[in-house]
Amino acid sequence: MAEIAIRNVAKTYGKTRIMEGVNLTIRNGEFVVILGPSGCGKSTLLRLIAGLEEITAGEIAIAGQVVNDLEPRERGCAMVFQNYALYPHMTVAENIGYALKVAGVPKAERQARIAATAASVGLGDFLDRRPGQLSGGQRQRVAMARAIIREPKVFLFDEPLSNLDAKLRVQMRHEIRRIHTRIKATSIFVTHDQHEGMTLADRLVVMNKGTIEQVGTPDEIYDRPASLYVAGFIGSPAMSFLPGRVDAGRQALMLESGAALPLPRALAQAAAGRLVQAGLRPETLSLTAPGKGQIDARVDFVEELGAERLYHLMVEDLPLSVLSSEKVRPAEGAPIGVSVPLGALHLFDADTGRRIEPQAAETPVAVTA
Amino acid sequence: MRRAHFKFSWIVPLLLAPQLLVIFTFFYWPSAQALYWAFTLEQPWGGGNTWVGFDNFRKVLSDPYYWGSVRVSVIYALATTILAMGMALTLALFVDRQLAGYRVWRIGIIWPYAVAAPAVGLAFQFVFNPGAGIFSYINTISPGWWDLSKHPWQAVTAIVIAGAWKQVSYSFIFFLAALQAIPRSLTEAAAMDGARPLRRMIDLQLPLLTPTFFFLLVINITDSFTDSFGIVDTLTGGGPFRATDLMVYKIYSDGFRGFDYSGAAAQSIILMCLVMALTFIQFRYIERRVHYT
Ligand SMILES: Nc1ncnc2c1ncn2[C@@H]1O[C@H](COP(=O)(O)OP(=O)(O)OP(=O)(O)O)[C@@H](O)[C@H]1O
Ligand SMILES: [Mg+2]
Repeated sequence: MAEIAIRNVAKTYGKTRIMEGVNLTIRNGEFVVILGPSGCGKSTLLRLIAGLEEITAGEIAIAGQVVNDLEPRERGCAMVFQNYALYPHMTVAENIGYALKVAGVPKAERQARIAATAASVGLGDFLDRRPGQLSGGQRQRVAMARAIIREPKVFLFDEPLSNLDAKLRVQMRHEIRRIHTRIKATSIFVTHDQHEGMTLADRLVVMNKGTIEQVGTPDEIYDRPASLYVAGFIGSPAMSFLPGRVDAGRQALMLESGAALPLPRALAQAAAGRLVQAGLRPETLSLTAPGKGQIDARVDFVEELGAERLYHLMVEDLPLSVLSSEKVRPAEGAPIGVSVPLGALHLFDADTGRRIEPQAAETPVAVTA
Repeated sequence: MRRAHFKFSWIVPLLLAPQLLVIFTFFYWPSAQALYWAFTLEQPWGGGNTWVGFDNFRKVLSDPYYWGSVRVSVIYALATTILAMGMALTLALFVDRQLAGYRVWRIGIIWPYAVAAPAVGLAFQFVFNPGAGIFSYINTISPGWWDLSKHPWQAVTAIVIAGAWKQVSYSFIFFLAALQAIPRSLTEAAAMDGARPLRRMIDLQLPLLTPTFFFLLVINITDSFTDSFGIVDTLTGGGPFRATDLMVYKIYSDGFRGFDYSGAAAQSIILMCLVMALTFIQFRYIERRVHYT
């Protein structure tokens, strides 16, 4: 178990800078999920911590020791790879026990530990098989077991579930969480699946183009996204954005479409007179008869989701989504009203894209990286 | 991949014809001739060949010189194979780790494969020449010590080195391809598991190379039996004292120098059977090798 401190880390490949000014402290025993779109540098960050890539600038410390110049084997991290990276010519038992063998653990002890670890992930019956004779989920477990058996200080996961089918993915998610509660190693889990991130994380790290956009608990990030980028990325179905200007006198946001959306006083004052993007979560909105809501829109199309429906609307030429369990099915192009509850609006500065927090807020601003 | 099926048409035999013609002219026809010669004997004063059954084979197999030739061929095959594959593997491991200068290695190492055997022999003649070659320096220290034409073991060493040099490149390419086909994440996983580079080589890379290794073993041995003629002919001419009289070379010298067509033909058939056996082993056991997936 160990704390991980990442200080001002940058990474360049040749002349391309792919990561810059990354600062992050991960507490002892914490489960942190790094979330971001493909190519944003999640794997790179993980590999920098593991020691599989060299750090260009800055430093990384594990348990208080700067590890920049340490080999992977000296860092005490275990890693679960996306493609599992099992040794194809070794049996499951040999795969799981390889680290112990390299470390020179006596055979008897090794076998006892292999058996115990394999049993703990439900692999007891497969010890003599080769990876090629296992299903995807079983391979995944071998990869986990191989990491667990080392009792690592730090557990690194690089999208370990992305090759599994949806059902197995959910199951393995719980299993990973269960294992974490048991062994309590500091864990970093990389994924681009926000459901996975939300379920697993003690804290989420949202990355974008090689920088950290926001760090916080899943709740914090969902409730108060720090930037337009995070707001658009977290939440499914995704948030809609409408531009407007805040009128402090009327305590309202005047949308470009002409609608006026009432704002809480503290927020209206904080954003007085500014051009903003208003973020609206589909699940906070509801449909009304035309002209009865704060926003007038037209129906573009309706997406059937089973229990609910996702209404894709157009406010003039901007899209707005509403998630509703009502069973209305308005015709395409029909006018419709949208009601926005007070406090459902997220305001972001139109220029910087940063979140505007209410003035004299009782709650501190979600700290950004 | 999906296969396209065509209806029979005149274009099929037409496309096959050139290749079939080449195979027929240079393989089936000579083989048939060899078979004919192997079981017949030309009458001393003309008048055609007479059928002699297995006489030619009996004569060849009871000839101590023939067994000498077999012995040196086996030594040559094993020695060149071990040397060539050892070198190839070492170089491939270096290139795979991309140690300093690997680009030069990579290009330089592929060339020998493009060089014809007699040219290899000629090139090594300059190396091994006791009077003027690189090895002649030894003779300035101890005059007369190095001389291919006097010392059998030196002659064998020389053709082994030349033969191995020629074969290194082929094995190298296969080893390198196999090494590069090992996913990088495997090596990384082993590194995370605490294995240093040497340990990773022993535990990971070498075992994963086994299929390639067996494939190359058979190919190299087969090649040493059949593709050594040019080297022997240019470098030692089979001597001294028949020390480098490899099976292919003996076929040539018995047939075209000694005019013993029937004996040479019998030897050809034996060599052909040997190569066929090796090929069979390859298909039967190596092609069905363990595939790691
Ligand atoms: N060896 C390399 N040389 C040059 N550029 C690289 C190298 N490895 C990664 N990159 C670049 O660095 C960026 C970040 O890559 P990284 O693999 O960390 O992305 P990721 O967030 O893990 O994406 P994904 O979700 O697709 O796995 C990408 O733009 C990628 O092209
Ligand atoms: Mg990645």
